[in-house]
Amino acid sequence: MTMQKQKKAQLTFDIVFAGVGGQGVLSIASIIARAALIEGLYFRQSEVHGMSQRGGVVHAHMRLSNLDIASDIIPHGGADMILSMEPLESLRYMKLLKPDGIIISGSEPVLNIPDYPDMHTVIRCIKKNSRACVIDTLQAAESAGNRKVNNMVLLGAALCALPIKKNTVERSIREVFAQKHHEMLIVNLRAFELGIALHGAA
Amino acid sequence: MNKLILLGNEALGLGAIHAGVSCCFGYPGTPSTEIISFCKSRSAEGGFSAQWCTNEKTAFESALGVSFCGKRALVAMKQVGLNAAADPFMNSTLCAIKGGLVLAVADDPSMHSSQNEQDSRYYAEFAMTALLEPANQQEAYEMTISAFSVSEKYKIPVIVRLVTRVAHSRSAVSVHARLRRQNNFQKAKSKGWLLLPSISRINYNAHIGKQSALSDWSEKNSYNTLRINTKRKDFAVITSGIGRNYYAENISDYMKAFGKKGLPSHLHIGSMPFPGKKINLLTKAAREILVIEEGMPLIEKQCTSLIGSAYRITGKLSGVLPRTGELNPDHVRTALGLTIQKSAADTVKVSSIPQRPPQLCKGCPHSDSFSALNKALLKLNRGILHGADTVVCADIGCYSLCASAPFFSMETIVCMGASIPMAKGAAEAGCRYSFGVIGDSTFLHSGITGLIDAAVSQVNMNVIILDNGYVAMTGCQPTMLSSNRFMQIALSVGCEPTHTFVLETKPSAIDINAKIIEKEARYNGLSVIILSRPCPIGQRQDAVNKPADRRSDKRAHQRQDAVNKPADRRSDKRAHQRQEAAKK
Repeated sequence: MTMQKQKKAQLTFDIVFAGVGGQGVLSIASIIARAALIEGLYFRQSEVHGMSQRGGVVHAHMRLSNLDIASDIIPHGGADMILSMEPLESLRYMKLLKPDGIIISGSEPVLNIPDYPDMHTVIRCIKKNSRACVIDTLQAAESAGNRKVNNMVLLGAALCALPIKKNTVERSIREVFAQKHHEMLIVNLRAFELGIALHGAA
Repeated sequence: MNKLILLGNEALGLGAIHAGVSCCFGYPGTPSTEIISFCKSRSAEGGFSAQWCTNEKTAFESALGVSFCGKRALVAMKQVGLNAAADPFMNSTLCAIKGGLVLAVADDPSMHSSQNEQDSRYYAEFAMTALLEPANQQEAYEMTISAFSVSEKYKIPVIVRLVTRVAHSRSAVSVHARLRRQNNFQKAKSKGWLLLPSISRINYNAHIGKQSALSDWSEKNSYNTLRINTKRKDFAVITSGIGRNYYAENISDYMKAFGKKGLPSHLHIGSMPFPGKKINLLTKAAREILVIEEGMPLIEKQCTSLIGSAYRITGKLSGVLPRTGELNPDHVRTALGLTIQKSAADTVKVSSIPQRPPQLCKGCPHSDSFSALNKALLKLNRGILHGADTVVCADIGCYSLCASAPFFSMETIVCMGASIPMAKGAAEAGCRYSFGVIGDSTFLHSGITGLIDAAVSQVNMNVIILDNGYVAMTGCQPTMLSSNRFMQIALSVGCEPTHTFVLETKPSAIDINAKIIEKEARYNGLSVIILSRPCPIGQRQDAVNKPADRRSDKRAHQRQDAVNKPADRRSDKRAHQRQEAAKK
């Protein structure tokens, strides 16, 4: 345990990733994990596999720190940021978010349930948080060349709040896509850059 | 030392590889699946084998065979899988284990993807064998390596118990640079392995005889750590496995609030048998002891009975921690007397958010199969889905999603393979139209025996096998046998050729298939209907990945296909004729 080490100034950053099965939530979590390793940070990434992934809610907890991390799960009111691919899902984990925590959410809803609330109400609810930001990840992804890379747009939008340098995240993306087609890497990097610009604009 | 990003499951697998494992076996099941899939991905270059087996029992028995020959074996499964493997597991403690035998079992408290939240530590207690419980990914790696040594030293099977939050959590793991060499092939003496009553009695006594040495190991190993603070006599803590993480998470806040006399005395338990002497020392150090353990209150129960009423033991039984579901840092925070931290939800009120339950993927063949079954049920029950005339017993797999909206097709789901025997029981009890509905991999896992019972007793019931070609729910592992084998299996156990057939399940065939299902239900005897179409997700994965193991699996299937072709074509033709006839 780390009780003796507590003298060192502690840097922690906890993120809740949210979305719906198939949106690429877990892949952006794994890119941040790799970047954390490169920067020598401790990290824990907890996720739920299996049945819940089939079109249902998907979430992951990511904890970053310069000291050893005890719990894989973020405590109530402990998260610095909710990073959500989908507006409604960004509201599901409010109990985990710090009172002054950040919400970054994609604006495109996944309408696979009959009782999806009115979109204006959802957005209004997100915006009640002082540090909330809803961005059109899909449009940015399309201009990057592929609708599916909207998760990378979201990652780019989150960058300025992360305790990780841009170069490191970029290197992590390159490593993750090293095995795949070069074209895939280019599209993903482009989406990441567009995300950074989007957040700057918002 | 090299740092890798690993899931708890992958860290465990790598630990086995670095410990010189020769063979790895398992059956997929959340949250354990990645243990074997990771080993499979490393096996080609690693010089060891890793395989999926038909079920957990055959996996465990294969591992026993490896151990008999002096080599190290890993066998992996989820908690309920150990019920299927309980017979060889319990008996293996009476065998003189030769090559190290490690059983990795992943428990699923909160039942994220399970039918119950049983605690595998009870199996270690029951079998009187050793268990190691990692609290994080690094420990999953290291404990697996030492589990093999413990297994060989004491000649026992050793369990490494994971829980969902260790199994499915990732962190950086420092791994050793060098691999231990695999053991040489050297057979054990057969006397230690012939469990005839006369020998079993001797071996059982020997197993009892090992208990003091095992307790001694558990007292002295580095996984059970005791720190006594003589200044604090009011309160002490026992943690086990992942419980330690949630205690550590809250310790600085706890010290701010209640830490005038320093840290409470603390015993962490990472191995079984439980270190009785250390528990005794701790209980003498404080009047109240909080037990934080993931799963069922096993340590708490033992402490309560060990110590009696002079000490107050708190935990899940006393009610300071929840009795069911997985623990989290907030549960432990409350148990420590701290208030929960404020969150954004306290300031920004969010009205209730609709649930988003998992659902069948787009283009799923199960959707068409259950649409057809529902139509047949509505006919058989004259307008209602589940009337007195029908019983639908289903099984474990993606298709269990059809128990809820919009299908509501099922009335029972109990355990792997239960569908066919339960439907048989319902028929014996007098049900007119009884259905056992089971997926292909589940059928191979433990459905065949039920089908034999049904065929032999010539009961009036219907078996529907949902053949999508994959173990889809756990990530589309290949099924043990290719689709065209099911027909042969059914015929070979005595199902009637005229009431055993394959139908393609697809949107345009829903009406026809519903008619056929209805007609077969009205037949007074056993019908076996195989509804067949590959899982599109599995097919897509195959097209993208095509790793070595897939290719070799495919080759094996092709070989089988070549062998089976004549019979298969015949059955295809019959099915086609049947669908055509039903159209008319």
